[in-house]
Amino acid sequence: MSERVAVRKTYKLFIGGKFPRSESGRSYLVQSSNVSLASRKDARDAVVAARAAVKGWAGATAYNRGQILYRAAEMLEGRRAQFVALGVPGDEVDAAVDRWVWYAGWADKLAQVYGGANPVAGPYFNISAPEPTGVIAVVAPERPALLGLVSVIAPAIVTGNTVVVAASPSEPLAAVTLAEVLATSDLPGGVVNILTGAITETVPALAAHMDVNAIDLTGVIDTALATDLEVKAAENLKRVLRPASADHDWFADPGLARMTALLETKTVWHPKGV
Amino acid sequence: MTATTTSARSELSELGRSETALRTFLHGLPGVDQVGAEQRAAQLGTRSIKTTAKAQAIDLAIRMVDLTTLEGADTPGKVRALAAKALRPDPADPSCPHVGAVCVYPAMVPYVAEVLRGSGVHLASVATAFPSGQAPLEIKLADTRAAVAAGADEIDMVINRGAFLAGRYKEVYDEIVATKEASGDAHLKVILETGELATYDNVRRASWLAMLAGGDFIKTSTGKVPITATLPVTLVMLEAVRDFREATGRQVGVKPAGGIKTTKDAIKYLVLVNETVGTDWLDPDWFRFGASSLLNDLLMQRTKLTTGTYSGPDYFTLD
Repeated sequence: MSERVAVRKTYKLFIGGKFPRSESGRSYLVQSSNVSLASRKDARDAVVAARAAVKGWAGATAYNRGQILYRAAEMLEGRRAQFVALGVPGDEVDAAVDRWVWYAGWADKLAQVYGGANPVAGPYFNISAPEPTGVIAVVAPERPALLGLVSVIAPAIVTGNTVVVAASPSEPLAAVTLAEVLATSDLPGGVVNILTGAITETVPALAAHMDVNAIDLTGVIDTALATDLEVKAAENLKRVLRPASADHDWFADPGLARMTALLETKTVWHPKGV
Repeated sequence: MTATTTSARSELSELGRSETALRTFLHGLPGVDQVGAEQRAAQLGTRSIKTTAKAQAIDLAIRMVDLTTLEGADTPGKVRALAAKALRPDPADPSCPHVGAVCVYPAMVPYVAEVLRGSGVHLASVATAFPSGQAPLEIKLADTRAAVAAGADEIDMVINRGAFLAGRYKEVYDEIVATKEASGDAHLKVILETGELATYDNVRRASWLAMLAGGDFIKTSTGKVPITATLPVTLVMLEAVRDFREATGRQVGVKPAGGIKTTKDAIKYLVLVNETVGTDWLDPDWFRFGASSLLNDLLMQRTKLTTGTYSGPDYFTLD
């Protein structure tokens, strides 16, 4: 009887609900594993997938989106041991699950809190309702790899946006494993797309991309790069979320700011009575 | 010109006289190796075309587009807008070439003709009871004459698939000859509707039949049945036009239509043309794409090459 050969895992990208290798065929060695090194073209493919998913995801009922997010939290909880084995501290996994559930709960409540009826002096109603912005490019914080990633993805997608996320380059394993969680939680393909590799390679293409509606620079540490990305983003007037401060406490209550920053407000006028 | 080709030529021109001669000739054509054709097409599809070659291919593909709208909901306003787009596909960039032609229903031809007059963009009209072709011959010919009279300089006719599949080749042949006559000076494109022909052998026979009857172009599909243009079918048709030119000296164009949506698809077709029939066909006079959404993707890729940033569908007209 020969000895069993271990099956080693190649960590791939997450685009359109699938796990492709990088189009460039490249990978890099990090956390003692081979991880795909995404190229500009992978970023482009991810935007195409994210754009295709907007209609279905933004059109789903808020209740349904909340259920799907809650399902993702369940799957995340079920894989706790796997994340711990990858080096994510147990309390961070717990906080990530709680964070995910917290945002899931907001799915069908945000419209009441953030939208509403506007008082007008006339014979009509005037109602404002929040609407998703569209395709969001996100640079996840370098650390904490899992909680930071969940804290930027969940608030963007809960309201109906779709995202292309550049994961932490130095700790990408948690991101790829989170992708496996999302792939098994009824989340439609393309709502979350995760790119691993060098931020300097993929994010400038995303910042300049005319079909991306907003960019979240949370994880950008280099201030010169952040400025350059903001300049690129100005071309089609993307919404820009500035980088987080270095001492940001990811375990603290996140508040509503991350959700509301990626919303548009739709106001409708409606005649009253007969 | 050798004596053999001259005699071969006169022999070919005689074929249309009898059903038996046509059948004997068409069924005598060598069979298509299905696996081989599919493998060849797939292999050529893997070529990587980059940078300056890609820029050239994109501009050529734009010039080859037959910008098409064939909907029941077409209005004069919609086809005028489409014709304006055909003249200036990218209004932001004057170096962008115009497309090959605009393709519409006969009733819409006059509105397009106003916009295109003197521009060098051709005006194609479908005719002969498009897309089914299931109408009496007089009606098909009247349809054709009306389109030409309204200003179309290219006619896209459909063959009578019912007759073809029933083996009545002479009937199909005679209809093409009659339509060619009815189109006068207009270029005649013969739509084989390969999605309904079932086999590559039938595609080869229909291609030859259309060319023998005088078609100036052979076109794959109407775009109205589920199976539209594919690379292997186009390969078989390209081989047919190549062999036909060898036998008769007359060059016939090819137009794949339907299902070609991305720049990558278009470039695969251009590679196929170059490798099968050579550069003689790499020209809008001899190769066209029947498409509508393809143009926007070509324009987005063109913008990417000139500006370096990825463009989005928000910046091009929807049609």
